[in-house]
Amino acid sequence: MADHSAVQCKTSAGQRNFLHGRKMHRRIVCVSRAAILICFLFLWEFTARNGIIDSFIFSSPSQVALCFWEMTKDKSIFLHLWSTLYETIASFLLTTLISILAAVLLWCSAKLSEILDPYLVVLNSLPKSALAPLLIVWLGANQTTIIAAGMSVAIFGSILNLYTSFAGVDQEKIKLIYTLRGTKRHALAKVVLPSSIPAIISNMKVNIGLCLVGVVIGEFLAARSGLGYLIIYSSQVFKMDWLLMSIILLCLMAMVLYSLINLLEKWCRRRY
Amino acid sequence: MEPILELKHINYAYHSLEGETKALTDISFSVSPGEFVAIVGPSGCGKSTLLSIICGLIEAEDGQVKLNGDALRKSSTNIGYMLQHDHLFEWRTVYHNVLLGLEIRHMLSARSREYAHELLQLYGLKQFENAKPSELSGGMRQRAALIRTLVLDPDILLLDEPFSALDYQTRLSVCDDIGQILRNAHKTAVLVTHDLSEAVSLADRVVVLTARPASIAKIIPITFELETDTPMHRRNAPEFKHYFNIIWKELNTNG
Repeated sequence: MADHSAVQCKTSAGQRNFLHGRKMHRRIVCVSRAAILICFLFLWEFTARNGIIDSFIFSSPSQVALCFWEMTKDKSIFLHLWSTLYETIASFLLTTLISILAAVLLWCSAKLSEILDPYLVVLNSLPKSALAPLLIVWLGANQTTIIAAGMSVAIFGSILNLYTSFAGVDQEKIKLIYTLRGTKRHALAKVVLPSSIPAIISNMKVNIGLCLVGVVIGEFLAARSGLGYLIIYSSQVFKMDWLLMSIILLCLMAMVLYSLINLLEKWCRRRY
Repeated sequence: MEPILELKHINYAYHSLEGETKALTDISFSVSPGEFVAIVGPSGCGKSTLLSIICGLIEAEDGQVKLNGDALRKSSTNIGYMLQHDHLFEWRTVYHNVLLGLEIRHMLSARSREYAHELLQLYGLKQFENAKPSELSGGMRQRAALIRTLVLDPDILLLDEPFSALDYQTRLSVCDDIGQILRNAHKTAVLVTHDLSEAVSLADRVVVLTARPASIAKIIPITFELETDTPMHRRNAPEFKHYFNIIWKELNTNG
């Protein structure tokens, strides 16, 4: 009732001022963001054209755009984009699935989680790029290796994070399940998993970025296509246009993947 | 009448690396069907532990719990347990929170759903069926938690300080509310509380425990000469102060 009348009555001067202030704030943020990008691109292009920086080493926005256009025309860019995207999504999905299952297993047995704890901690703090050469020897120089490299970067931290969140669920809520004559299985399905959905999603946000890192490392070493491969190849033949374009495409890909998970989060928020 | 619940010489101790802490020593009492028993005692004396033992969540180290004459493990007696906090799940609507116990016990049917609707209607939560728990007031949340327990039709109800998380005003009205609900439904109930006035206003008998390790100091029967015996009326009756003082003294000589 109260908010109803608040809407109906005329907005006060104070409220109008407040809303105006918020609007200005939003506008300044958006404009500044765009201005930084435009200034950066302009400075880069300007200095490259006037010989202030060496366009052979630093390239320029127009050269990068041209390069992208060429590769779109002969469709080769799609092959590379698709390789990286496919490998990233595959390793992301596998990481998410396996780490949820592993965290459930650890949650089910406190003994097991205590036994395995030091191993997980060591594996998590290990620099995963060190594993990539090993994976090539074991699995061969192919996409499986790259997907495994992507997973290796994210999976241990993901298991640890999810387990921590599962174990941190309110014990009283679990007690409630037991007072209703429920079992451990009920506690998992009715309390632990539903209450950990926010944690699972924020874990996915971390994973998608890490998987991309792992996939690019894998592509550096073991690929014949993909943006990571393009970066290594172009640096070897000194094609800086390609290199910078690949980096920019990686940025965009990371942004798109991240915002997809943001959408998933919003959808979940509305449902739960 | 045969007691619905019987405790015989219950002993319990907590164990940790630092050593053993005795919590309960030689607790024996029984509860008749339809009776409302309150257990009071100094805080930390092991009142909640006693309820957990009755419910079978933890096992007594020594002694027996009998429900309708059977040992706890073998008994088919249906126990309802109400915790200090309502623990309604935010990811479920009020209605689906109420169904939680039915889901767990595989008792979901058209009839039991109907019963859930009836109880929600009866206790004034009908229009909040599809609301999220966060949209309810503290008192309504506790009522929803009670319905979650009642929908399983328990033979005996264990209440573990169910009002202590509420602010004073809500607490009085919810206590009155739930007291009447339980009386009208003729439920057997065991209430654990540290609030003496709550115990006197609700119970037929009050079991006073000593400080840890808890043993029974005294069992005090409570009778009020009232036409309508509600917690609120009891609080205003002349006997109230009398019982309050008896229990207060008992607690202070043994606490």
